[in-house]
Amino acid sequence: MIRWLLWLLGGLVLGGIVHLATVLLLPRTATQDAYARLAATAPVNGIVPLPAPTPDEALLPFMDPAFATAVCRYDLASGPLQLRVPVSQAYTSVSFYARSGVAYYAINDRAAGRRIIELDLMTTQQRAELPDDEEITAADRLIVESPTPTGLILIRTFGPEPGLMPMARRALASAQCRTQS
Amino acid sequence: MRLLIGLLFSFAVAAIVGLGLTQFALTRGTAFGAITIGAWTAWPKTGTSDIDPYARAAIARSGELPIGSGDGVAFFASTDDTGRPLDGRCMVTIAGTTPAARFWTLTLYDLDGRLVPNAADRYGFTSQEISRRADGTFGIVLAPRARPGNWLPTGGIDRYVVVLRLYDTPVGVATRTAKDAPMPAVTAGACA
Repeated sequence: MIRWLLWLLGGLVLGGIVHLATVLLLPRTATQDAYARLAATAPVNGIVPLPAPTPDEALLPFMDPAFATAVCRYDLASGPLQLRVPVSQAYTSVSFYARSGVAYYAINDRAAGRRIIELDLMTTQQRAELPDDEEITAADRLIVESPTPTGLILIRTFGPEPGLMPMARRALASAQCRTQS
Repeated sequence: MRLLIGLLFSFAVAAIVGLGLTQFALTRGTAFGAITIGAWTAWPKTGTSDIDPYARAAIARSGELPIGSGDGVAFFASTDDTGRPLDGRCMVTIAGTTPAARFWTLTLYDLDGRLVPNAADRYGFTSQEISRRADGTFGIVLAPRARPGNWLPTGGIDRYVVVLRLYDTPVGVATRTAKDAPMPAVTAGACA
């Protein structure tokens, strides 16, 4: 009897380890995370508008239907990325997600403080390699560091009512996301 | 032989307990740092790099991109104020005021995060399209059949979640109580 209780106790402890290990490893093995879902539609280092979510079809769960959304799937292997997003009349935000879907940075039109949200995205290493005396540090350009070499940028504009959604979508059309040459 | 059986027994217990706990944690949304105000719960840390391992695994599994903390914060309600699950066949009123924010949106989803289908193709409201009372408060009625005023169709769905998203808001990781963030009351009414 005691022996079985010991085996049970051992099993429970091992179960705790299995639980922690699976929780920690799951993000690395997920095949249906946001990046994988968008990989089929979104080109690398370019912007593509996402279709508005409907009950039958939505690329991602829990998308806000009051927003027009565009995505830039980035890969910084060929150099830092330049992002230019003219803000719409209602509300515009830019959110950065690491490869795993972690939101590491987000900025909206008011925080950007001007008519165009303009920033450079690079890895920590690419930032370290930037020459100190470069104009770029003097200019008031915003530099964002990506924790992973690949990831997603979500550009969203608000449509306060259904009739204003076309305007929100048009505002997205002039956004740019490209590698610096 | 007894050693072998014992080992197998231990491994079986470990697999059931370990995987069961993981499954339970990820489907029930047990992320840390939750703010609960009435029927509403938000996980502001999930929108930052400080996201905990459970929320990280949950979003990897669901494919959701959480709202970034520089963008806004999302409050979820799947029950009314008394803890009863929201039922699409019943009338539910969401009334009161919302925390300070540039604007907000309120959207209905099924438990998997899909919009709730309905004949009117109306999935939610924004703060700019609802009608308000003279004192600035508002009331939104969720019901299967049309109601006067701010009506959101539930399509008669069994269970659903209401998501109230505040954009450009001071509500966030530092928010603790209803005094910082007055959320609207969620009250269930008569069932069809």
